Amino acid sequence: MKTKFKKVLIIGSSALKIGEAGEFDYSGSQCIKALKEEGIYTVLINPNIATIQTSDYIADRVYLLPINTHFIEEVIKKEKPDGIMLGFGGQTALNSGLALEKLGILKKYNVEVLGTQIEAIENSEDRQKFCQKLSEIDVKYPQSKAVNSVEDALDYAKKIGFPVIIRIAYALGGLGSGICRNASELKKLASRALSYSSQILVEEYLEGWREIEYEVVRDKYDNCITVCNMENIDPMGIHTGESMVVAPSQTLSNTEFHKLREIAIRTIRHLGIVGECNIQYALDMNSEDYRVIEVNARLSRSSALASKATGYPLAFVAAKLALGYGLHELPNSITKNTSAFFEPALDYIVIKVPRWDLKKFRFVKKQLGSSMKSVGEVMAIGRKFEEAFQKSMRMLDISVDGITASRTKFDFEDLEYALSNPTEERIFAVVQALKSGYSVDWIFNLTHINKWFLYKIQNIVDMEKKIKEQDFKKMDKAFLLKAKQFGFSDRQIANILEIDAHDVYLKRAKFGLRPKIEHIDTLAAEFPAKTNYLYLTYNCEASDSELKLKNSIVILGSGPYRIGSSVEFDWCCVVTGKSLREMGYKTIMINCNPETVSTDYDESDALFFEELTVETIYEIYRATNPKGVIVAMGGQTPNNLSAKLRNVGIKILGTSTDSIDMAEDRSKFSSMLDKLEIEQPEWRELSAVQDAVEFAKKVGYPVLVRPSYVLSGAAMAIATDDNELIKFLHKAVDVSNEHPVVISKYLVNAKELEFDAVAQNGKIVCSAISEHVENAGVHSGDATLVLPPQRTYLETMRQIRDISAKIAKSLNINGPFNIQYIAKENRVKVIECNLRASRSFPFVSKTLKKNFIEIAAKVITGVKVPIDDNMNFNYDYVGVKAPEFSFTRLEGADPTTGVEMASTGEVACLGDDFSEAFLKALISVGYKFPIKSILISSGSIESKAELLETCRSFLKLGVKLYATSGTAKFMKSNDIPVEILNWPLKGGSPNAADYIKQGKIDLVINIPKNFQEEELTNDYIIRRTAVDYKIPLITNRQLAMRLGEALSEKSLNDLQIKSWNEY
Amino acid sequence: MNRTFNITRIGKLLLEDGSEFPGFVFGLPESTSGEVVFNTGMVGYPETLTDPSYKGQILVFTFPLIGNYGIPADSIIEKLPENFESHKIQIQALIVSENSEEFNHWNSAQSLSSWLEKYNVPGLCGIDTRRLTKLIREHGTMLGKIIVDSEPAKFYDPDIDHLISKVTVQKPEILGKGKKRVLLIDCGCKKSIIENLISRKVEVFRVPYNYDISGEEYDGVVLSNGPGNPIVYKEIVKTAKQLIAKEAPILGICMGHQILALAAGAKTYKLKYGHRSQNQPVKEAGSNKCYITSQNHSFAVDTKRLPKGWSVWFENLNDGSNEGIKHNKLPFRSVQFHPEAAPGPVDTEFIFDEFIKDLK
Repeated sequence: MKTKFKKVLIIGSSALKIGEAGEFDYSGSQCIKALKEEGIYTVLINPNIATIQTSDYIADRVYLLPINTHFIEEVIKKEKPDGIMLGFGGQTALNSGLALEKLGILKKYNVEVLGTQIEAIENSEDRQKFCQKLSEIDVKYPQSKAVNSVEDALDYAKKIGFPVIIRIAYALGGLGSGICRNASELKKLASRALSYSSQILVEEYLEGWREIEYEVVRDKYDNCITVCNMENIDPMGIHTGESMVVAPSQTLSNTEFHKLREIAIRTIRHLGIVGECNIQYALDMNSEDYRVIEVNARLSRSSALASKATGYPLAFVAAKLALGYGLHELPNSITKNTSAFFEPALDYIVIKVPRWDLKKFRFVKKQLGSSMKSVGEVMAIGRKFEEAFQKSMRMLDISVDGITASRTKFDFEDLEYALSNPTEERIFAVVQALKSGYSVDWIFNLTHINKWFLYKIQNIVDMEKKIKEQDFKKMDKAFLLKAKQFGFSDRQIANILEIDAHDVYLKRAKFGLRPKIEHIDTLAAEFPAKTNYLYLTYNCEASDSELKLKNSIVILGSGPYRIGSSVEFDWCCVVTGKSLREMGYKTIMINCNPETVSTDYDESDALFFEELTVETIYEIYRATNPKGVIVAMGGQTPNNLSAKLRNVGIKILGTSTDSIDMAEDRSKFSSMLDKLEIEQPEWRELSAVQDAVEFAKKVGYPVLVRPSYVLSGAAMAIATDDNELIKFLHKAVDVSNEHPVVISKYLVNAKELEFDAVAQNGKIVCSAISEHVENAGVHSGDATLVLPPQRTYLETMRQIRDISAKIAKSLNINGPFNIQYIAKENRVKVIECNLRASRSFPFVSKTLKKNFIEIAAKVITGVKVPIDDNMNFNYDYVGVKAPEFSFTRLEGADPTTGVEMASTGEVACLGDDFSEAFLKALISVGYKFPIKSILISSGSIESKAELLETCRSFLKLGVKLYATSGTAKFMKSNDIPVEILNWPLKGGSPNAADYIKQGKIDLVINIPKNFQEEELTNDYIIRRTAVDYKIPLITNRQLAMRLGEALSEKSLNDLQIKSWNEY
Repeated sequence: MNRTFNITRIGKLLLEDGSEFPGFVFGLPESTSGEVVFNTGMVGYPETLTDPSYKGQILVFTFPLIGNYGIPADSIIEKLPENFESHKIQIQALIVSENSEEFNHWNSAQSLSSWLEKYNVPGLCGIDTRRLTKLIREHGTMLGKIIVDSEPAKFYDPDIDHLISKVTVQKPEILGKGKKRVLLIDCGCKKSIIENLISRKVEVFRVPYNYDISGEEYDGVVLSNGPGNPIVYKEIVKTAKQLIAKEAPILGICMGHQILALAAGAKTYKLKYGHRSQNQPVKEAGSNKCYITSQNHSFAVDTKRLPKGWSVWFENLNDGSNEGIKHNKLPFRSVQFHPEAAPGPVDTEFIFDEFIKDLK
């Protein structure tokens, strides 16, 4: 087909955040591939540098620029595209599209919207219009009313009766919505919701109804299909992003299934959607009564899940439909000889489980509800519910071995409370209740989880009992097979029988019990699959086929996205796969995260949508006989498996397992550094509290406390005195018994630097040094990075290179690695060293235009690479990487940065100098300029003094300054005019919290006095109010200083519109 | 309640090529034989099992969990079963991966196994239905027998049997009310076809397949779905020829489509492994209109030798086989798929509307 479009602009979804994550890298990448196949010139705007879609080989032009109307207009002006895609960058892209239309920008530059048109988007997004549209075709929706004030909300709630739910139009992942059971709850929620939006919805709350979703596709000929339906295990009331979900639905009868399907198609036709959309229903548990909850007129998290669950490439097809193809004119990309106009038939069951990281946030509300808090998800495939469900639990990487029989124990004192108040751990309370003999009915009444799911969990619990009754020596093949069919891992069986997991393996091997390899073929075996999209099951007698992949290499993916391990590792895995294929290898990807590009079946020669556990990896290894396994690209999860995999006979490619262990084991690493005469902050590995206190006194407070195997600072803390130390130490020891606790001297006012590099046989072949804007104390994942460094001594850089070379040589590194350094007065110390790709690899690779991962892939496979390691001096531009925090969604969480990582995503922008790149990056993560008023609480006296210059520069820019009492006093005594606002707890007027709520403040600078405040202080209230009311917040002194400088140098119009390849 | 662990009775499926599939017995613990066919639908087992077109067939579900929402009640409303496609289970036997013994649904009255027991239908669970499906896909549909306790059973070929006589209505009956009258020739008609007619305000005169229609008055005729090989049913083809001669508006569905095609002078042939699913894509010939349809058939109409005056109406997007024909001038039309769905998508109910418009 010839399309009339020559150049198309694609809007990305910017940084990963709660409610908008890796799924949009997947959908955007697919969209660009689909357009390029048609010979269309593709232009992408997305500042998320860690994504695959911003790689040089995907779009023709990439703009690492903020996604707002100003920058999009500038790019349109420059590139003159004839079309724009709004459906592939989540709610961010959709909202941008609506804003562009409103401002007349699309019309002005003659840019046509492809696929679903603006009017249809508005009809699905504007609640009133949406309900009107549904009424026109006799489709039911929850009784609701749009109101503009708290009073009206209350009146309507009283009319329809409590409980009611409050919603906001145009919101990501249910932001700001919630359930109100009485008038006072409603008043509180409604007033906050009204701060985000002038219009809120009050609607009937369908407690306990089943929650069902359909993914619907429509082409320009009005042909419609539903690709997949999904059923939430957690019923209405828990956001679908927070819910465990099965596909296809399991408890719907034919009439229910097809009634909802028909309504989906009727609705989508009436709304006029072209491409893909998602429709959510509430379905009564006791009749066929239903309500349409919402329609998302774009690719969504659910559509990514549906694509992975069925093998139907929704985003790719949606892009083709937007260009004007009919569904029947496109091929089924799995079978290759049937068409894309079909509805997949599954012969397996899929379960998605969200991954939370709530423990990382102080004061956060743990209860799950109608807004999203999870940061990632896993998807498990099996031929029995029990099998898939147990797999999904292992995939979460939360140190459980399944839904039951784990080494990690859950113990709920108040079961009734744990069941009726959903949290991330509720499912384990269900198991405990069943084990304690409570009935399915009793659990159902507390959870509203459909009894069918509870019966299945009961089956797992019953199977565990049966295993416990077994004499292992006498256990026969049929019994062991049955246990495996119910999803029990060797480790779980060993835990139950209190034996060694290896003995279970040996018995299984003796019986010849191996999982079988099956295809995801979209048609339940009716037609053969031409792709290797695979899963393992014990519920089949035979594998689909022998995998004959000569010269293959296994790449281990990153597992679920979580704080500290996210899309950047997917980029590393995907680039590795691409490089290996270019070198002539066949690639085998193992991963279980449906939000990724690495789990696209066309990214590898064989994709196993499977667990990242030793048992599973070994079975795949055994069945495919690869040359080896790469553990260095998927972040800490595969890195941690390295020794265990080696111990079962798996060949690890790249840096040796012994070296990895040497770097991960603090003691070994430290003695190595001592030998090499490399400095590190003083530390001690300790197990007794008294020893710790003595050590801390010796080196002087503050000290850092942490367990030895660390992922993104879990359980890390800073102690400033004996009391704090004792308290944290108890916490850390509780977190990990297997690993000892490390106490180290914590350096204040020091600089942190990241060293990312690749070495071959111990010799560095390429490297990059990035500097943190923030002083030490902010987790490297939350820090603002600058490349090349702007404020670092040459001598410091020289020392870093020397030390790194020594370490690389000593560990004989053969692959990617990262070292974190701390520097003060030209003395450089090593904080930690990871012998794997790090979070910042995409940033340094794309900023320096040197693909570190491609180089690493060559090194790992033994290809000799040239040394290309200059000192970053030859760059006439600067890259700045900034974190994105999702504090707004995490109700109650204290929005500060510290040694625990808290950000959920990142962006990076390029500029001719630091200030330009810095401002672009800040705008990309939500800062709005110009700033006319700032509320400052500048923390300690030292901090107050340092910020004086910054305050003066703001004054020069005409900014109105407000401050809390201490800060105001200090500023006034230094001749800075400032208006005093009362502390929130003091009350009275003028009050800091009120000013934020009333929108009188454009930026809040609040520098905490201590490292970790344990009480709900005034400062906490100010920070939290800022976040709740979406006011930009700075809690770091250096960041505030750099902002003051940058704004003095540059204004919005100075920020250049240059694509990545123009630098 | 929990019987998952207590299934001990072993049975097996034996195919004519000698392949064996061991499993566990549920439903009636007796041997039986029939033609082994697979269906890829993920919902609708109560409707599927009561569809008379499955007469003589051992049905395999590719979806691994069957029985989740139980079985609804056997209630009858105005002569028709409320929840099923006919008054009893029609399949010869059922084969599933997992019989979901614990069920939950507001409309359920019994479990799948107790329902099978009630209608004396054998079932096997714990079968690797994916391996079985692939075998049928590669080899083509095969005869098979279910063996319980080594009782012998002979292979049974339903294609040479006169199955329609076993599933047709026994004597004529009148259903629904309306000004127009539709003659329904019952070859094993699904209830939902009748419901679709009744809901369009016509009177349905349902007659046995071999009923002498010459003296009857009607505004149009529906040739229903039914089991078996169309060439076996010469007498129905003859009736259809009479109807064509009379230029009566005709709608053929599934078997009715094949009968109409034979009456028009076309030929039929057996597909390698048939179409049995709820996701069959069809396209209206000469247009860009496509529909997802529910299907259940082994035989297809050969359109290479379509007689003059007739055209292809719909074609299958997966394998290009014929999905419907119509006459260029006269009100004869027929579809291979099931516009009444049940189970399956309801996208093609408009076929009934078009037929109703044709009525004299």
